[in-house]
Formats: sequence, structure tokens, C-alpha cells
Amino acid sequence: MPVDGQSRLAVGGARLLRDGERVLVGVGTPNLAANIAKRLHAPRLVLIYESGVVDAAPPKLPLSIGDPDLVRTSLCVLPIHDLFSQYLQTGWIDVGFMGGAQIDRRGNLNSTVIGPYESPTARLAGSGGAADIASFARRTIVLMPHDLRRFPEHVDFVTSPGHPPGARRPNGPATVVTDLGSFDYDEDGEMRLVALHPGVTVEEVRAKTGWPLRIAPRIEEIPPPTPDELRVLGELRRQEEMNP
Amino acid sequence: MADFLPLQDAVARYVRDGDHLYLAGFTHLIPFAFGHEIIRQGRRHLTLSRATPDLVYDQMLAAHVADRVVFSYAGNPGVGNLPVFRRAVESGEVEIEEYTHFELVARLAAGAAGLPFWPVRSLENDLSRRRPRPHVRSPFGDEEVAVVPPLRPDVTLVHAHCADEDGNLYAWGLLGEIKEAALAADVVIASVEEVRSAASLRAERDHLLLPSFRVQSVSLAPWGAHPSYVLGRYDRDTTFYTEWDALARDPSATEEWLKRFVFGTADRAAYTALLPKGRLAALKEAAQHAG
Repeated sequence: MPVDGQSRLAVGGARLLRDGERVLVGVGTPNLAANIAKRLHAPRLVLIYESGVVDAAPPKLPLSIGDPDLVRTSLCVLPIHDLFSQYLQTGWIDVGFMGGAQIDRRGNLNSTVIGPYESPTARLAGSGGAADIASFARRTIVLMPHDLRRFPEHVDFVTSPGHPPGARRPNGPATVVTDLGSFDYDEDGEMRLVALHPGVTVEEVRAKTGWPLRIAPRIEEIPPPTPDELRVLGELRRQEEMNP
Repeated sequence: MADFLPLQDAVARYVRDGDHLYLAGFTHLIPFAFGHEIIRQGRRHLTLSRATPDLVYDQMLAAHVADRVVFSYAGNPGVGNLPVFRRAVESGEVEIEEYTHFELVARLAAGAAGLPFWPVRSLENDLSRRRPRPHVRSPFGDEEVAVVPPLRPDVTLVHAHCADEDGNLYAWGLLGEIKEAALAADVVIASVEEVRSAASLRAERDHLLLPSFRVQSVSLAPWGAHPSYVLGRYDRDTTFYTEWDALARDPSATEEWLKRFVFGTADRAAYTALLPKGRLAALKEAAQHAG
């Protein structure tokens, strides 16, 4: 069975979360990925949502980050100001786990507008907590489908700041997982291809990236999803379809 | 002390054209009944602030009640965008003032505390490059920190689990930014699922949302947060949240929806009577599950 793009993102992302870490989980694919990790190799992963929910163990995949299922299974629900001010800003969140509409070579993420801000061709949801999470989480992991529009040389709008020009910010974006491969940021803070999904070539990645992409000296192959990963992914998706 | 008023009277008395309103509640306890009544009473030129405009502002924008929206996340989580908001921004019908979540709740914290600014360490992005955040130097050291100004709505509207006969408000579960948003405004008007005796609520002091002396009026409005939710009473109507996306993409369907569910209903009871058969019972039933 061929593996679809979202499965590659979700499974690839899930593997990057370590047991016991505190991860601030964004909506969509990051949520799917974090829930896979929690059900497999990271049962003590602490899922935190920007609604204030801490240590949720939802029985089914929540549609929104403030769902009653998350609240009912949580350790606690922090007021939003407490979460951002006293937990995130002070460095107590290990991983920011997010997506976006565009990402550039410095790891700047756009989730605000496509086109000019004053007269956008598409108005998107905006930052929410993304810019704050990118500012403060110990490291940021980004999950995104890979194509030329999403990987431009410059994002249309910097919602969540990446690495500053010419330098690597220690708690900036750490890893980007796409349906083509996996990327890190080198000592200059520049995105670099480090691994490919099975059957994907470097040329294909280059063709879908809007700048001359740096390539690591040795490219790993990302192992395909294991039967366990596929099983959990399937269960989560079925529950999602059954929502509400 | 809070007055008990029918919800229509509370809106008529406290919400004026041109006011700056904050309908509080993050996913949970969103005061939809108030939003709908503001639409019915035809308010205009409002400024609407909310961290997450949500469907409640999408519906209010569809009825052209506002000129300006102050916000930090204009999405429909897990579903997509807010179609009416998006059209209104793309056409220029509403002006927007946009922040990150932390900046917006920090603005509320300043407003609630009566302070001239609130410091935030979030890094600069294109929002703060467009509307620069001043920096202040700590008088206790050399550190510089960015600050945001207070947000002070004219009226904050909240929905709570219950009130006692004196108008003290109680709520629990996901409280988001409700307390700061309420305390940042001079006028707070509330709707509640039920009124209970003060004697029975004294033991619930950890769940006090606001004391009666910070609340101008309390209105009884069961299902007042639908399609959002009230923890333990009814769950989030994710079917409606999902359906709104397609409905609101079509301006004439949106118009029809407003006509039927808002203009065509006198109050909350009339609104809930129009919901699909079995929907309320299912949401109520789901809310009873312990986990």
C-alpha cells in the first residue's frame, strides 16, 4: 500500500518526540503526530494545547484544541495568560510542534496571508500562539506538505520567526518534516536536507524548493511507517471521521 | 451588584452603536446568545475584540454589525478559516488589528490590572514590524523588553455555568482569557445556564468566575453558548462547526441562515427549537461522559 503524504508527515513527526517531553501541539497534522507518539514510543509525552489544556489523553482525536474531550482527560487547564506568560515564556515547553502555509530557508513560517498584507489573495487564520511558541519553545518541529508555493525563497509574511540572518538561534526551528524528506538547520541557521522518504530523489526536493537548497553530506533514508505506526494512524483517523 | 435582566434588555441597555465589545470565551463558553441578540437589535459600527473570532464573530460580521476586529487567531480549528471574516478582510469591509495570542492576552492583563502596558518577550515578527512594540528598560537592571498597550473594551460579554441569586458568576473547565477580558472592561454583562442558590454555591468558591460587584447584569440563557460548549452540560457541536464552513462560503446561504436562526427567532428557546432533531439531546448526553 502506498503511503500518503499526511501519513509521512504524521509518522515522521511522531518519531521526533521523546518520551517525557512537554510538547505544545498545533491543530491538524501535528495533533495527529503527537497522538501517534503518545500511543507508541512516548506514553509519558505531555501534550499541551494553546487553549491551556495540559497533559491531555484524548480518547479520540479532537477537532479543536479546546475540545471537551481534551479538557475531561487533562491534568489541568491553565488560563491562557498563565500558559504563555509563566510556562512558555519561561522555557518550560520542550517542543513547539506546528504547521504553516509557507516556510523559507531561515525557517520563518507564514500562517497569516498569501500576497500583500493590505490586499491579500488569501487571508489565513493568523498567528494564534504560533509566533510565541516559535519564540520560546526549546526547539520547534514543523510538519508541512512540500511544494514550490509552500517553500518559497521568502515567505509572504513572517508570522513565526525562524533563524535570524547569518546565525542559528539555539531554540529556533530544529527540524522540518515534509512528504519528501526531513530537514535540519545548519550552524548558519540555513535549512538543509538530511533525509529522504523512500523513493524520493534529491532532484525532486530541489525542484519543489524555491531556493538553492543545502544538502547534508550524507543523506539518510527515512524508514517507511512500521505496521504499529500504520495501525495507530488508522485508528486515529477512523475516530476523526467519527467525530463528533 | 448585578441586575437580573432578560437578555434582550441587557443588550438594549448596555450595548450601543460604536462600542468596543469583547465576547469572551476560548472555544468554551462563547456567548453566542449575546452575539445573536446584538445582530437582532441591529447594532452598527462596533469594534469586536476576541483572541479567536470564531463562528460568533463570523455570524456577527455577516450581519454587518462591526467596522473593526481585534484578534489573534481567525480560524475554525480543525476545519479551516472563517469564511465571512475572510471576505470582509479581503474586500476591506472591516479593518483589522492583529496580534499573537500572548500579545493579545497580555493586552487584556494590562487592561484588567489598570496598568499602562504589559511586557512580553515574544520575538519580533511581521506584525510587530508593521505596528512596532515600544521597548522599556527595566529600572532594576539594563534589560530591555517589548511592551503592549492595555486593551480596554467598553463592554465584555461572558457566558457562565451559573449565577447565584446575587449575580455572582461561576464557571469551570477551560477559562481561557475570560477573567482578564471581563476585568479589563468597566461593564460586564453575563448570560448563564442556570441560577442556583447562593447557599449551594458557597462551597464552589474555587469556581467563582466573577463576583457580583464586577457584573452589571445577568441573564438566564440556557444553551447560550451553543454551538460552543459548557463543560458538563453540553458538548461542542462539532457538526455545526464543520457545516458552517460550506454554509458561510456562500453569501446567500449565510444570509438565509441569519434570517432563519437569528432574525427569525425571538430568543434562545426559539433558536434551539430549530436545531436538528436529537442534536441537543446528543450534545447533552456526550457531556456526561467522564473521559
